[in-house]
Amino acid sequence: MTLANLTRHAGEWLRGAGPMHDVVISSRVRLARNLAGMPFLSRCNDTQKQEILDRLKGEILQAGVAPKVFYVDVDAASDLDQALLVERHLISHPLVQADHPRGVAISENETAAIMVNEEDHLRLQVLRSALQLNEAFEEINRIDDLLEQRVDFAFSSRFGYLTACPTNVGTGLRVSVMLHLPALKLSGEIDRAFRAARDMRLAIRGLYGEGTEAMGDFFQVSNQVTLGRSEQQIVDDFVNDIVPHFLQYERRAREELLKNNRTEIDDKVFRAAAVLRAARRISSEETLYLLSLARLGVNLERIRDIELKTLNELFLLTLPAHLQKIHGRSLDAPRRAEVRAEFIRRRLGGE
Amino acid sequence: MEWRRLDSHASLPLDPPRRANYDGVWIFRMKQKCDKCDKPATIHLTEIVSGKKIEKHLCEDCASEEGITVKANVPISQLLEDFVLQTSSTEPAQPELECEVCGMTFTEFREHGQLGCPNDYDAFDTVLTPMLARAQDGASQHVGKVPQHAGTAQQRQTEILRLRAELREAIAAEHYEQAADLRDRIKQLEQQ
Ligand SMILES: [Zn+2]
Ligand SMILES: [Zn+2]
Repeated sequence: MTLANLTRHAGEWLRGAGPMHDVVISSRVRLARNLAGMPFLSRCNDTQKQEILDRLKGEILQAGVAPKVFYVDVDAASDLDQALLVERHLISHPLVQADHPRGVAISENETAAIMVNEEDHLRLQVLRSALQLNEAFEEINRIDDLLEQRVDFAFSSRFGYLTACPTNVGTGLRVSVMLHLPALKLSGEIDRAFRAARDMRLAIRGLYGEGTEAMGDFFQVSNQVTLGRSEQQIVDDFVNDIVPHFLQYERRAREELLKNNRTEIDDKVFRAAAVLRAARRISSEETLYLLSLARLGVNLERIRDIELKTLNELFLLTLPAHLQKIHGRSLDAPRRAEVRAEFIRRRLGGE
Repeated sequence: MEWRRLDSHASLPLDPPRRANYDGVWIFRMKQKCDKCDKPATIHLTEIVSGKKIEKHLCEDCASEEGITVKANVPISQLLEDFVLQTSSTEPAQPELECEVCGMTFTEFREHGQLGCPNDYDAFDTVLTPMLARAQDGASQHVGKVPQHAGTAQQRQTEILRLRAELREAIAAEHYEQAADLRDRIKQLEQQ
């Protein structure tokens, strides 16, 4: 398994199948853990950081967390490989930016990724397609159990798992779902949905970035409270309450749009598909915007000759690092725009 | 928006994030103008003043005029920002708290948003607990998973931490005999 192999396909989490896949792109769970008897990273010297990395890397690889695991030394990885892993949601920006010994262990199917020496000594992540939070939590809990048989984690009976930042203390669990909410966005109701979400102490973010507007109508919703609720309660909140609410709002908005603005919607989604099939130069920003509309068209069963899986893959494979990796060399932005357009045309059977 | 920057940067495919939150994902915020001028607001605060929630949306310039500083690239959560703002403006100065194990002071923690070692939760208890209550929806007691060997571990953990700190000092001071001794005791404790 090498990083180059990764670019041939998208990870399991972009498969485009599973419960509520018309709205829920993916489910993610994350646990923060720190070794007992060691300072947090802000107070570790380089020797200690190396010690933590060596120890945890060894334990992770021996614990059998997945049938096949590959390890990436992030320090030694090229800028392009680092960017590739970020685009695939396998490592975080802070891990890239850090300048101390650090790495990530990734299961071959990419559902599990374990970062060492990010903000905490360990950051475990499980990522799955559509709404599979219970399955994802089961997997991460199993990995956590396996590691706990080999190492002691910093824990107090009062505060639970102790983390470098108190906003993660307790369960150390961050649950998030990536939602595609184009109809709520088009109808202007999205602000109301977000206000409701914030009142429920949820964080809302864009696909990758803070920004004025989340491009392409993708939003990550995650819990902020990690203390005073059990792991299962946190997961249940999402599965039984939070996600169904968003789903219901979005589906209703889609129905309304189809009922009252069919021509307008058809115009938008078919134009998007046409441009994707015809463009000779396209930025990643425009790509994301058009793919989002095309995805809406497929989900509304207006566009029938494109598969959801194809669109999901294109979201990932057209990102800068992926394009360059597929091409085997670095490309400047104008050249990337050409390569991207060609790649999309070929995948969608355009001219 | 990040996407534009992703592609306009020729050499590096990814720009370093300007302000990431605790988990490395950017906090999404709605497009909004600064409360005080026409620039886009990049700092968003929620304050509770005598039971009323007040939201502030400021650009970085106006925020710094109000005494709110946000450092680039410091992973600090919104909640901590709120906390810093609230405590600095409303609470009288307190004696500095310091963790005797790792040497982290509470001021340092507030600046960087990161604790120094597990013992800080005890060392900063008096100020951390109300802060946690705010950040964690009133909760101050863990009710989730408990590791298999949690019972005995806690005290031992702190002891190991303390010994490690002493070990560092011993090595720095070139007291090698003492260091060897400390190392043995740490090993012993770790194997229990
Ligand atoms: Zn301003
Ligand atoms: Zn400490």
